[in-house]
Amino acid sequence: MARDSEDAGAGKAAPKVRRQKKKKPKENKTRTVHANTLYDNAKGEENPNRHYSSNKIKTTKYTVLSFLPKNLFEQFHRFANVYFVFIALLNFVPVVNAFQPELALAPVVFILSVTAIKDLWEDYRRHRSDKEINHMDCLVYSRVEKRYVEKYWKEVRVGDFIRLRCNEILPADVLLLSSSDPDRLCHIETATLDGETNLKQRQVVRSFFDLDCEFDPVKYNSIIECEKPNNDLNRFRGYIIHRSGRRDALYKDNLLLRGCTIRNTEEAVGIVIYAGHETKAMLNNNGPRYKRSKLERQMNVDVFWCVIILLVMCLFAAVGHGLWMFQYGDKRPVFDVLSPEGKDLSPILSAIYLFLTMIIVFQVLIPISLFVSIEIVKICQVYFIHQDLDLYDEETDSHLQCRALNITEDLGQMQYIFSDKTGTLTENKMVFRRCTVAGVEYSHDANARRIAMYQEMDSEEEECMSRGGTLPRRDSITSHQSVRVVLRSHSTKSHRRTGSRAEAKRASILSKHTAFSSPMEKDVTPDPQLLDKVNECSSQMDFMRFHSQPMSQLPAELSDIMDFFVALTICNTVVVSSPNQPRHKVRMRFELKSPVKTIEDFIKRFTPSRLTSGSNSSSSSSLNRSSNKGCSSLLSSPSAESTLTKLNEEQLSGCLEPTFNHVPPSYDRKASCNMEEGELRYEAESPDEAALVYAARAYKCSLVGRLPDQVTVELPHLGKLNFELLHTLGFDSTRKRMSVVVRHPLTDQITVYTKGADSVIMDLIKPPDTGNSKGKRQKKIVCRTQNYLNLYAADGLRTLCIAKKILSKEEYACWLQRHLQAETAIQGREELLFDSALRLETNLHLLGATGIEDRLQDGVPETIASLRKAGLQIWVLTGDKQETAVNIAYACKLLDPEEEILTLNADSQEACALLLEESLHYIQAKFLCSSGVQSAKAFHANFPPFEIYPSSASPSSSSSHSAPFMVHRLGLVIDGRTLAYALDKSLEDKFLAVARSCRSVLCCRSTPLQKSMVVKLVRNKLKVMTLAIGDGANDVSMIQVADVGVGISGQEGMQAVMASDFALPRFRYLQKLLLVHGHWCYSRLANMILYFFYKNAMFVALIFWYQFYCGFSGSAMIDQWYLIFFNLMFSAFPQLITGTLDKDVSAETLQQLPHLYVNGQNSEEYKQYMFWMNMIDAFYQSLVCFFIPYFAYSDSDVDLFTWGTPITTIALLTILVHLGVETKTWTWMNWLSIAFSVALFFTVALCYNASCPTCYLPSNPYWTMQRLLQEPLFFLLLTITPVAALLPRYFYRACQGTLFPSPVQVGRQLDKLPADTRRNILSLSRVKTGSPLTPEPPFLSLSKLSPKSCTNKDQRSIPSSEALQAKRAPDVRANEERSPKTPPLHSEKHPADLCNVALSELSTLPYSKNDSQLSREPPPSPSPPSPSPLSTKDSEHLDKTLKLSDPSFPCRLTSTPLVSQTDGIQLNLPPDGAPQYVKYSRSSEDGLRSAHRSEGEAEQSLHTAL
Amino acid sequence: MASSYKDEDGHISVKKPENTAFKQQRLPAWQPVLTAGTVLPAFFIIGLIFIPIGIGLYVTSNNIKEFEIDYTGLDPSSPCFNCSQNFSWNSTKPCTCSIPFYLEQPYESNVFMYYGLSNFYQNHRRYVKSRDDSQLNGNEESLRKPSKECEPYARHDNRPIAPCGAIANSMFNDTLELFYSDPNGTKTQIPLTATGIAWWTDKHVKFRNPGGNNDNLTAAFQGTTKPINWRRPAYELDSDPENNGFINEDFIVWMRTAALPTFRKLYRIIQRRNTMVPTLPRGNYTLEVVYNYPVRSFDGRKRMIFSTISWMGGKNPFLGIAYITVGSVCFLLGVILLFIHHKYDNRNNNPDISSN
Repeated sequence: MARDSEDAGAGKAAPKVRRQKKKKPKENKTRTVHANTLYDNAKGEENPNRHYSSNKIKTTKYTVLSFLPKNLFEQFHRFANVYFVFIALLNFVPVVNAFQPELALAPVVFILSVTAIKDLWEDYRRHRSDKEINHMDCLVYSRVEKRYVEKYWKEVRVGDFIRLRCNEILPADVLLLSSSDPDRLCHIETATLDGETNLKQRQVVRSFFDLDCEFDPVKYNSIIECEKPNNDLNRFRGYIIHRSGRRDALYKDNLLLRGCTIRNTEEAVGIVIYAGHETKAMLNNNGPRYKRSKLERQMNVDVFWCVIILLVMCLFAAVGHGLWMFQYGDKRPVFDVLSPEGKDLSPILSAIYLFLTMIIVFQVLIPISLFVSIEIVKICQVYFIHQDLDLYDEETDSHLQCRALNITEDLGQMQYIFSDKTGTLTENKMVFRRCTVAGVEYSHDANARRIAMYQEMDSEEEECMSRGGTLPRRDSITSHQSVRVVLRSHSTKSHRRTGSRAEAKRASILSKHTAFSSPMEKDVTPDPQLLDKVNECSSQMDFMRFHSQPMSQLPAELSDIMDFFVALTICNTVVVSSPNQPRHKVRMRFELKSPVKTIEDFIKRFTPSRLTSGSNSSSSSSLNRSSNKGCSSLLSSPSAESTLTKLNEEQLSGCLEPTFNHVPPSYDRKASCNMEEGELRYEAESPDEAALVYAARAYKCSLVGRLPDQVTVELPHLGKLNFELLHTLGFDSTRKRMSVVVRHPLTDQITVYTKGADSVIMDLIKPPDTGNSKGKRQKKIVCRTQNYLNLYAADGLRTLCIAKKILSKEEYACWLQRHLQAETAIQGREELLFDSALRLETNLHLLGATGIEDRLQDGVPETIASLRKAGLQIWVLTGDKQETAVNIAYACKLLDPEEEILTLNADSQEACALLLEESLHYIQAKFLCSSGVQSAKAFHANFPPFEIYPSSASPSSSSSHSAPFMVHRLGLVIDGRTLAYALDKSLEDKFLAVARSCRSVLCCRSTPLQKSMVVKLVRNKLKVMTLAIGDGANDVSMIQVADVGVGISGQEGMQAVMASDFALPRFRYLQKLLLVHGHWCYSRLANMILYFFYKNAMFVALIFWYQFYCGFSGSAMIDQWYLIFFNLMFSAFPQLITGTLDKDVSAETLQQLPHLYVNGQNSEEYKQYMFWMNMIDAFYQSLVCFFIPYFAYSDSDVDLFTWGTPITTIALLTILVHLGVETKTWTWMNWLSIAFSVALFFTVALCYNASCPTCYLPSNPYWTMQRLLQEPLFFLLLTITPVAALLPRYFYRACQGTLFPSPVQVGRQLDKLPADTRRNILSLSRVKTGSPLTPEPPFLSLSKLSPKSCTNKDQRSIPSSEALQAKRAPDVRANEERSPKTPPLHSEKHPADLCNVALSELSTLPYSKNDSQLSREPPPSPSPPSPSPLSTKDSEHLDKTLKLSDPSFPCRLTSTPLVSQTDGIQLNLPPDGAPQYVKYSRSSEDGLRSAHRSEGEAEQSLHTAL
Repeated sequence: MASSYKDEDGHISVKKPENTAFKQQRLPAWQPVLTAGTVLPAFFIIGLIFIPIGIGLYVTSNNIKEFEIDYTGLDPSSPCFNCSQNFSWNSTKPCTCSIPFYLEQPYESNVFMYYGLSNFYQNHRRYVKSRDDSQLNGNEESLRKPSKECEPYARHDNRPIAPCGAIANSMFNDTLELFYSDPNGTKTQIPLTATGIAWWTDKHVKFRNPGGNNDNLTAAFQGTTKPINWRRPAYELDSDPENNGFINEDFIVWMRTAALPTFRKLYRIIQRRNTMVPTLPRGNYTLEVVYNYPVRSFDGRKRMIFSTISWMGGKNPFLGIAYITVGSVCFLLGVILLFIHHKYDNRNNNPDISSN
């Protein structure tokens, strides 16, 4: 009761709030939350929280009362509806009316009510789910009962205290005040919000941190001030004001969001901050977007034309009527009835009236049901796309989601695809591949072999099964990882038991549900050499500890290795959980401490440790007063001092602390053997973190527990060590690194471990002091590491650098002071923290680098190849560095090793302009001029495999194509900075001109904004259909800008999916989605729309012809009921069925012949001329349908409607048969729908004609149909008219199918062939990738239209095709032989090849050239020629690369076979005069050799380079 | 671990789409490919079916005998010239004219006698609507209060018009009588049946006199007035009570508005009496016309037509010709397609790649 009144009070208060807002704009900025316990619920007025919205949610649009007006209002936003209502209302004007007014309302009412019912149903569903949610239970503290009581969610109010139990869902946004967790943490799973399955930690508000007893709401008397509700999930700011006046800041870490699930925490208490619709989850909840598809835009143009036709027809009739009236003059004929008032109308006036009447009569021309039908068909199409098994991913148990319902057909018209790389092309499953520590590379060959084996296992699981218990190839693995082998064979056994690959995959899902790691990521086979070193190191350390020797005696390399692995293990935010309880973190708590939060805390905690450590700490008493002083006094500790002076600080790997008499409390030798049984799971925020942790674990450095203030690491021989975690400086994309500050348990030093992108870390490395040997070594390490990093990048690996820094206590104290200030700052906290992090992460000591492989998703190269064959331009926009991106691009066949690559790296606007200019010239010189007048033809002849728009593409298709630019076999690589210049207004046209003539474009290091700018630019300037696909938050803007946005529902959360129109589980599904469903949806809808126009025009024209015989009086021989329901009922179903189910070409053929997709890109199903052709056909057909009955009944005693009914019937039959001619696939549903339509018409007609002898003015069709059915003439007419009407179309279709079939028709003919023949042809055509439809299959009618020369590109498929068709083998082989010869020819043909000129100038090793180096090159301005393109430093690097890369070369080749094809990259630095940043990289290899690329050849190129 | 598999299994099956032919769009289907070769038979079959039908229709139509006299009287030589010149709706004095004609062929079966009007737009939108079916169905209320659709022919002199509306008002009111002149000179009137000319459903269902089976039609129509252009009120249309008032068949026929501006309406039937004697033997006849209906205002023509009918209705050679034409065109196109097929389409039947 009280609550109700309060609700009402809140309702009343709402306007008041608004008024208050006006009065006090200041209040807008923050929200103040008081505890509800302080106020009496009954007196709502006093509660300061009463203005905030309650937790009751209402997502429904309508209420019972508002439904009708609101829904109608919304529907009238659609212009068509307004038009139809206008016409219906026009009917109520007596002089104008054509039909019975009530009847004329029927279709409009029908359409409106269908839509209204749909809306109502949707709203009802929302209402039900709202109700369900509103009535969920939660525990709310009751002021009266002094305890927590169960209440419905909707009764929760801002300011309430709620108690949350484990696995409960949060009812509102809650500020965490207490947690049963001893660390004062609460873990939540945010999967419903962002799709991330890992747990996130939330902290109790700091002021409530130290509460030992249970939180008592009654004692709470603070006030919270925070932001107004907003939809930023990752932001929350505010502060809590205690009674004492103390203010404490609140962060997003204190806020639990509605919709999340409490995990791992038994109980938590919080106060509701935002409720109901003001929660962040609800504010983020946007409905599906409305986009208008290209087809619909095109259609609207034709609707407009229909309006024009309508007006012309009406005008014609009006003029005709005027003249007709005029000819009688004053003699009024008896049949010209006076107006009801008995007045005589002048011809002009009646012509004007008639004009309006005709609009009513001809209204059907504007297809009223078209819009509804399109919506229905689209919903059905979406349903079928949803249901497609091929788009279902068993691994993640997800299938395609269509989030935008009205752009299905756009999928069939795409021209440009913009793809993200990470997570979209790649799996975003990071696999540790190799690392370099202290300048030594550990190539992890066994690991590479193992990964290769996983891939094989995936494809040949049956083979796997047939073999014995263990996987044989694993026998070779060294004894070091016996534990691993056991584990793995265990897992394979479980796969085998269930017996299928799906099961195996499911097993990996299982593991994925809890963490990101698949077995492939988890199992890292250690490099034996490195493992030995680790063992040696740790045993030495153990020894030293045992003998209390200082750690500094450890060799530098070994200590680096140790630190490297420690960094891998702890420099992250990975949470450890045990497999049995995936959501329960492992607790290994040995001492309870909170992270350092205050200076006092710092002092307090460091002092006792000094004391216990046994070194002289007498000066520590002074610490209490001044931390600075304390620090200095700490430093005065002699042992520390002596070490400092002895050692170069950089070399200190962990040896500041000289003694080991302080044994860490965590030390536990026995723990090491636990590993085998309880395999720990790691839940990481990003997959590469997990990969690194797993990699470290392979070296026995395992993370066994993480608490907010300490990390427990198990090291070989040393057992478990507790690292006291002082700070975690989280990753952010600006800094591109993260750091942890820990106290090393062995050395007791404050150590900073930093992990980050190589580009930033390398700059932060403390410049080595070249004076001594250590410095030299350090410099060497840095150089070597840089080289390896380049190599890694060239292999397509993601590189991370690991560095450390040892802080003296003094330094730390200094830093800490400012850091704490930053942490407690209320305003600009983020910026301050950022600055603080920057201050810390300097002068680092490089430990090593890792190379993580981000594996390509399954089928990505195939998908890209096939999409490209489909005429789609694929651009990859990635934030990755250039080398990585280029190599992934090679791996996924986006770039072809045989094609030239234009790399644009510019440092300034002018340079970029020049670069683009150069590139344009180059392209023109190379391609356009050289091929002369017949450029297109010659081009086709020379580069058959590379054309985007296939040569098969008969003239008809290519001529009309929107892109007049030839697409060359060029790849464009551009980096983010250059892209920024290129996207400038002044350069964007040039950039586009270059980019569009390249076959593939790769934008590296691009920001989200740039991604969206590129998409926008291409979309707007080239007027093409764009599709953007991505998986992460950084792709959201791009996805939103593109015509169709596709999100990969992968591992980077749901933000991309939320923004997308379609969400796919995997990239490769894009192939079927576009090539099959896109094609189908497009061709279905296009045909349906054309058919609709035809149908209506044909039907209306019948009446139009009649006007010539009724004095243009607006009379209709078709009964108005038929006229009005013809579209809605009689002819509606078959077209819906056809529009939903028709398949012009089978799915298999569409996928095997991607060329058929060009059909949709060129809008070939629905072109402007087709509309007019359809109109003409409609008029012809209506002429036939009108005049055959006309002559058959001329000068007879037939009455108006007895004559009109056969015409209606004939029209219906003709329209249905027309649909039949256009239907490509007849299923029983098509037959049924057509039969149903005919039956429906006759049934309705018979019932209608028998129902009432005196009704239905003016036709009064009593017994008409019944009589007609007795007349043979009726049936004779029904037979001949549709035949005569459809003869031309049928004949045309037949001729077209034979004489000039479109590719789609050829595909259809292919479908008809027997299965084995078809397979042969398709496999043959797959060999001839370039133009599958073209030459060789002789029975394909396109053969004569295209050049004969055709080279094989995809030679991999040859063996299979050979096996299939022994008979044709010679033919194929001939092709095979022909193909290698062509490329050399081509290279001779292009003397203008600029690269050749400069070829000898400088060529480097394939992998050695790296763009980060290049971009660091000095000359940004074009004019002053710099003496040497390479700085001395760089050339030094280069030299090193030559030396260093030599030994590792073969192994690299074996490990990454795909990438080895990139050996063709050569850099050409033009001679001095030319601007030196123009680089044309190209393949030096010709096709002959590239076809048989081998290791030997790669070595050869190596030698030549040397 | 195994148990968790099962859980997973159950979970998976929820989301996994069903593998049915319908949902996977793999319904068994007939996929016709329209090429010369495939549609060829259809053209020939259509041709072969249509041409005989057309011939049959044409022959049937030709067997129908039809005779037509235009008695509009626009030509000064015409007997009805005077009547046509002087006549208007308001004249009260009937004008008669007789037109002699000679039938060259005897009419064996029942002969249908039509009157035909040209240029009469019975299908004019406002004209078609100008009636009250409810009144014609004998509804008393509508008799007194004709529907507004009848306006401005609903009331006259403050009395409701029965039957109301423009259609009824403009009813054809010529009287045609046929006399046979024996070769020996005697003129015998040929009996014309005035019933059976309307649709059965019209006569018995749609049209009813007010007051049901009241014999006294005059009383039933009490309080109404005749349409302005009519000479006699509705209840005096015929002496036969079964053919009087609203159920007068001439009236019913007229009320069925013609589809086209040139139309004919069944006027009388000349029943065949004697199987031995033709209904209308060859010879001289005279058509006596009581010329009431003015057509000059709209350049109309009036005709009298004799016609026999066949199973397919009246004489109309069009349909036969149409069938023959369409059939021939189909056949011709079939031949063209055959040519195309042989010249260009043979590859489809020969999927042998090595032949090329």
